[in-house]
Amino acid sequence: MSNLYISNPKEAESIHILREVAAQFEKPVLLFSGGKDSITLVRLAQKAFYPARIPFPLLHIDTGHNFPETIEFRDQLVEELGLELIVRKVQDSIDQGKVTEERGRYASRNTLQTTTLLDAIEEFKFDACIGGARRDEEKARAKERVFSVRDDFGQWDEKNQRPELFDMLNGKIHQGQNVRVFPISNWTELDVWEYIKNETIKIPSIYFAHKRSVFFRDGLIWTANEHVYRESNEEIVEKMVRFRTVGDMTCTAAVLSSAETLDEVVDEIRLSTISERGARIDDKRSEAAMEKRKKVGYF
Amino acid sequence: MENKKLIKIATAGSVDDGKSTLIGRLLYDTKSLTTDKLEAIEKTSRQRGFDYLDFSLATDGLLAEREQGITIDVAHIYFNTSKTNFVIADTPGHVEYTRNMVTGASTSQVAIILIDARKGVIEQTYRHFFISNLLRLGHVIVAVNKMDLVNYDEDTFIKIRHDFETLVEKSDFNSDQITFIPISALKGENIAKKSELMPWYLGNTLLDHLEVLETADLHESGVARFPVQYVIRPKTEKFHDFRGFSGKLYGGKLKVGDEVSILPSLTRSKIKTIQFFDQEYDEVAPGASITITLEDEVNISRGDMLVKSSEIPLSEKSVTATICQVNTRPLKVGDKFTLQHGINRVLAKVESIDSLIHTDFSGEESTQQLKLNDIGKVNFKLSKPIHFDSYKSNKSNGSFILIDEGTFDTVSVGFID
Repeated sequence: MSNLYISNPKEAESIHILREVAAQFEKPVLLFSGGKDSITLVRLAQKAFYPARIPFPLLHIDTGHNFPETIEFRDQLVEELGLELIVRKVQDSIDQGKVTEERGRYASRNTLQTTTLLDAIEEFKFDACIGGARRDEEKARAKERVFSVRDDFGQWDEKNQRPELFDMLNGKIHQGQNVRVFPISNWTELDVWEYIKNETIKIPSIYFAHKRSVFFRDGLIWTANEHVYRESNEEIVEKMVRFRTVGDMTCTAAVLSSAETLDEVVDEIRLSTISERGARIDDKRSEAAMEKRKKVGYF
Repeated sequence: MENKKLIKIATAGSVDDGKSTLIGRLLYDTKSLTTDKLEAIEKTSRQRGFDYLDFSLATDGLLAEREQGITIDVAHIYFNTSKTNFVIADTPGHVEYTRNMVTGASTSQVAIILIDARKGVIEQTYRHFFISNLLRLGHVIVAVNKMDLVNYDEDTFIKIRHDFETLVEKSDFNSDQITFIPISALKGENIAKKSELMPWYLGNTLLDHLEVLETADLHESGVARFPVQYVIRPKTEKFHDFRGFSGKLYGGKLKVGDEVSILPSLTRSKIKTIQFFDQEYDEVAPGASITITLEDEVNISRGDMLVKSSEIPLSEKSVTATICQVNTRPLKVGDKFTLQHGINRVLAKVESIDSLIHTDFSGEESTQQLKLNDIGKVNFKLSKPIHFDSYKSNKSNGSFILIDEGTFDTVSVGFID
C-alpha cells in the first residue's frame, strides 16, 4: 500500500515561511515568550530543518514579571532541543535609565519590553525576528504581513506595507532595517490548540487549571503577587483558574476553568465566547491599543 | 485541522456596498464573534446613535479606517463552521486600490463581489470581476446586497443579474462558476438564514453555498514543480552524509523512484526518499513542504527546480506577462528590477510594453508606462533563464513579483502568458 503524504495546509505554509527566513536573512532570531504560540513556532522550526538543528537562536525578552512556570519550561525546552537561548532583561533597561517603570493600578512592563527588544536587535544585528503573532488575535494584527518591514526605530508603517502575493515573500531590506516574521499568521487560537494536542507538544503548566491566589478587578481575574499592584480593598481569593494567553503577570488575566488536560482545554476553547485577548489587560487600555503599540515597535 | 476543508475567499465591493457589514454578519451568524467583541460593537454602535448593530466594526481594524469609516488595506478574517475553515481576505473597493484586491485574490479560491441593489452594476463591479478573471479564481459569488432597501424586489435582482451576465460572456468563466445571491447583510437575509422576505429566490444562502463549493484549486492540478528552497545538511554524526532538498511541492504528486531532472543543469537522478520531519513517505501530494533526497550526488542550490524528467517546463531568458502595478513607481521600458519567480530571483529588464488593458473588458490601448493599479502586457529580458509554466496551467509556477532595486518594495505582480 502506498503511503501518501497529504499536508496540513497551515503547517505547510508556516514551514515554507520559516525556510524562507533561513534562506533570505543572515541573522534571524525566534522571539520566544514561553507562550503556546512561540512553543508552536519552535516545533514548526524543528520540522522545517530536520534532521539539521534549528538554524537560529531564541531570544527571550524577560520582563522580570514572568510566571516562574514559564521560565522553568523555557529552560527545559532549550536544553532538550539543544537550542541557543539569548535572554535580555527589561530590568537592565530600567537600571540603565532607558525606560521608566510605570506606576499605579495598571502598572505593567509590557510596553517597556519594546525598548529592550529594539536594543537586543541592535546589539546582535538581527535582521529577522520571528514571532508567534496571529491575525485572528486582534484587529490591527489582521492587517499585518507575514514579512513585516520595520525601520531603524522598529516602527510599523501600516499604510505602506509591501503587498504579499501568492506565497512569494520579499525579504529584501536595507542595512538597519529588520523584518518581523509571522509564520503562524493564518492560524486561529483553536488551530494552535488542536496542533498542540495532535502533536502532543509540551506546554507550561499555567495553561491548565490550577489553584491560584487571585483578585477581581474590572471583571478580570488578576494574579495576586508582589509584581501586581493591588488596592487594599481588592480581596485575595483562591480560585481554580488557567491562562489562555501568557504574557507577564501584570498584563495577563486568568480565566476560571476546570480544564486540566489538553482535551479539556481544546473543548473549552471551542465553546468559548470570550476572545483570547479579552483577557489581555494591555489591550483594554483603549480600542486602538495594539495598533498604537505596533507603530512604535511592539510585537 | 487536518481534515477540515479550507476555503479562502476574497471579498470585493465599492465603498458603502456593505462589505464589512457582510463579513461582520458572517462572523455573527457563525457564532465567531466572541462576547467581548460583540459588546464592543454594541457599545460603539450605541455611541454613534445607530438603532442596529454596526457589524462593520468587527473588521475595520485600523484607526484611520475607523475615523474615515472605510477599509484601507487587506485584512484577514477567520471563521469556521463544523465542516469548513474559512479565511476571508477583505479587500477594499476604491478605484485606487486594485492592488489590494489582486493581493487578496492571489491567495483565494473564491471571490464574493458585492453589488448595492440600488446602484446595480457599476464601473467598480467590472474591475472586481476583471481581477477575478485575471487571477482565474475558481468561483465568483455575486452578492446583491441591500435588498432591504429595494423592498426585496425580484425584478431589481433579475436586472442586475442580467447586466452582470453580459460581463461573464466577455470573460473566461463558465456560467456555472458564477452564482447570484440576493442578500441583506444588515438584516441577515440569505446569509446563514434563508430569507422569508424573498420567497422568489430558490437558491442556497451565502453560507450554504460556500459550504458546498469544491476547493479544487489550480495550485493543485497539473504537473509537479518542486523549487528547491533550502538545502539541509545537518553535518552531525548521525546524519553525516545527509543532503536533503527542502521546499514546497506545487502542481502534482511526486513519488519515490520518480525519474527527475534538475533545472537549470538538466542533470538527472531518481528520488530516493520523501520526508516530512522524521517520517518517510512513498508519495507526496502538492501543497506539502517536504524534504527530498536523491539517489545520486547532484549539485543543487536554492532556486534550482526539480521536475519529472518527462515534464520539463519552459526555461527561457525572456518572458511575456500580464502585469499589475502594485506600487506608486510606474513601470517603463528600460526599467530594471529583481524578478522573484516563486523563491528564485533573477534580474529583469522591461523590453517593451505591448498594451494597457482596460479593466472593464473594453479592450486595450498602447501606453508608455504602467502606473499604480494599471494592468498591461509587458515583455521582459532576464539575466538568467527561469523555469516556468503559463499562469493558466500552474498558478505558482506561472506568477512572479518585481522588486524595486532601490527601495526593495514589491512593485508589480506578473501572470505569465
